[in-house]
Amino acid sequence: MNLRIEHLEYTYGAGTVFEKNALKDVHLEIPEGQFVGVIGHTGSGKSTLMQHLNGLIRPTGGTIYADEEDIFREGSDMKKLRSRVGLVFQYPEHQLFEVSVLADVQFGPKNLGLSQEEMLERAVEALNMVGLDKSFYDKSPFELSGGQKRRVAIAGILAMKPEVLILDEPTAGLDPKGRDEILDLVAQLHEKQHMTILLVSHSMEDVANYVDRIIVMNKGRVMLDDEPARVFAHRKELEEVGLAAPQVTYVCQQLKEDGWDISDSVTTIAEAADEIARVLKTCSVE
Amino acid sequence: MSIIKIKDMIYRYLKVDDEGNTQMEEPAVDGVDLEVQPGEFIAILGHNGSGKSTLAKHINAILTPTEGTVWVDGHDTKDVSKLWQIRKAAGMVFQNPDNQIIGTVVDEDVAFGPENMGMPTEKIRKRVEESLKAVEMWEYRSHSPNKLSGGQKQRVAIAGVIAMHPKCIVLDEPTAMLDPNGRHEVVETALKLNKEDGVTVLLITHYMEEVIHADRVFVMDQGKVVLQGTPREIFSQVETLRRLRLDVPQVTMLAYELKKRGIELPDGILSLEELRSELNKLAGGKRV
Repeated sequence: MNLRIEHLEYTYGAGTVFEKNALKDVHLEIPEGQFVGVIGHTGSGKSTLMQHLNGLIRPTGGTIYADEEDIFREGSDMKKLRSRVGLVFQYPEHQLFEVSVLADVQFGPKNLGLSQEEMLERAVEALNMVGLDKSFYDKSPFELSGGQKRRVAIAGILAMKPEVLILDEPTAGLDPKGRDEILDLVAQLHEKQHMTILLVSHSMEDVANYVDRIIVMNKGRVMLDDEPARVFAHRKELEEVGLAAPQVTYVCQQLKEDGWDISDSVTTIAEAADEIARVLKTCSVE
Repeated sequence: MSIIKIKDMIYRYLKVDDEGNTQMEEPAVDGVDLEVQPGEFIAILGHNGSGKSTLAKHINAILTPTEGTVWVDGHDTKDVSKLWQIRKAAGMVFQNPDNQIIGTVVDEDVAFGPENMGMPTEKIRKRVEESLKAVEMWEYRSHSPNKLSGGQKQRVAIAGVIAMHPKCIVLDEPTAMLDPNGRHEVVETALKLNKEDGVTVLLITHYMEEVIHADRVFVMDQGKVVLQGTPREIFSQVETLRRLRLDVPQVTMLAYELKKRGIELPDGILSLEELRSELNKLAGGKRV
């Protein structure tokens, strides 16, 4: 599914003292199959933007097209849209409620009006994708660890077979290994299921390791929209809005200031290690 | 005298089934021994479910040990008559700022603790002022807490705790729900309280970068303290930490990767400045 966002505006509490422009003139195109990181500090509008994409919030101005069809047009099938665009909220495990893992994951498909067999088939497939095997099916979701609960919640969305998967801070509150596991899972869904992924995050390090493209939101507007290395080259602007490039990017930028002949657009640990090793080798040759 | 002393402590949660039968679970904390001296900055690391939060809740007697003993400021936490003294000595700040703010105005929220201690109004005013100033939220004193950012809310929660003049503050993943700016604000505030006012700090976190300024780090796994040492000693053990589902700061990881590529760097580099100067030394040395 190709998403196109045009002149999107959203005002909270219009006409009241709490009136706030959460989104201002947002233009974006998200082609099918892209892996996009969306970053911005709290209150930058990133979550509001994401909630428009599956029709949870109706814009106060502008339009969103899914495959060239206005998703807010008269008679638009919202239920269908929400199964095509899956949204995993922050702390999604707070929304688990069924008696067993398998029943919880089937809740979405049940609401789509699928048959028993198909519901079960989808639930099993979704749990398989998130790496939870049969031994988990009959467990209460509340017996599981934080990372496992989060997987169950993600499986609940995957069971709807979305074409676009939006994850709002999927790693918040997890330990480092748990973070890597969830991000690896998302990367796999992107590669194997060819899903379009929109990953909302505070962590530049996380985003840099995985995505093709980064959208930086600030005060309701798109501030930067480019590939990671080029976004992180704007380190001053990022700092001004309370964000930062990954630490390794800083290392290389500072070494460059010290006179090293080094690329300052590296964004991952492996890239930085290779660059630094390369420069040190040329030093020893001289 | 140590401010916190924990001896042979075990804690098991009780599980109650539908019929009301109770059953002891596997220990969440399994034989912990530790001591914290006044004025120390302690960081506690450990994966989800390793027992850190259970341990933390013992420090202001929200939980009391199933076996063993916990002393806070010299008081045994099992002694119910000492509960007020214990809670006054050790304050807690939790992960979700929205769950710990109850006042409709910032200064009222901070006044809640001192009010409950039965302090005279004038003294409460003074405490509120000094606490909000300490966390740099004084100018927000008449704001509504729900309009603040996550980092600001956490600072108000910290002010609410320090208004009671605790000797020790336990912060249980105070930055998990915050953006980088908010995280920085909260960690800086904790460091400042520790360095300038001598408050003992116990910081529980999943962010390795927040730990590098601690005096000592405890690493927990399966209810036990499995590693302890200075941040440098702890973060030199990259492989062990990974096995424990943890990580090292990104700069430390970069240094580790460089060493694997045959570049000679000291173990446990923690900060950007350190790595920068070590690398410049190498480049300079080889150029000659």
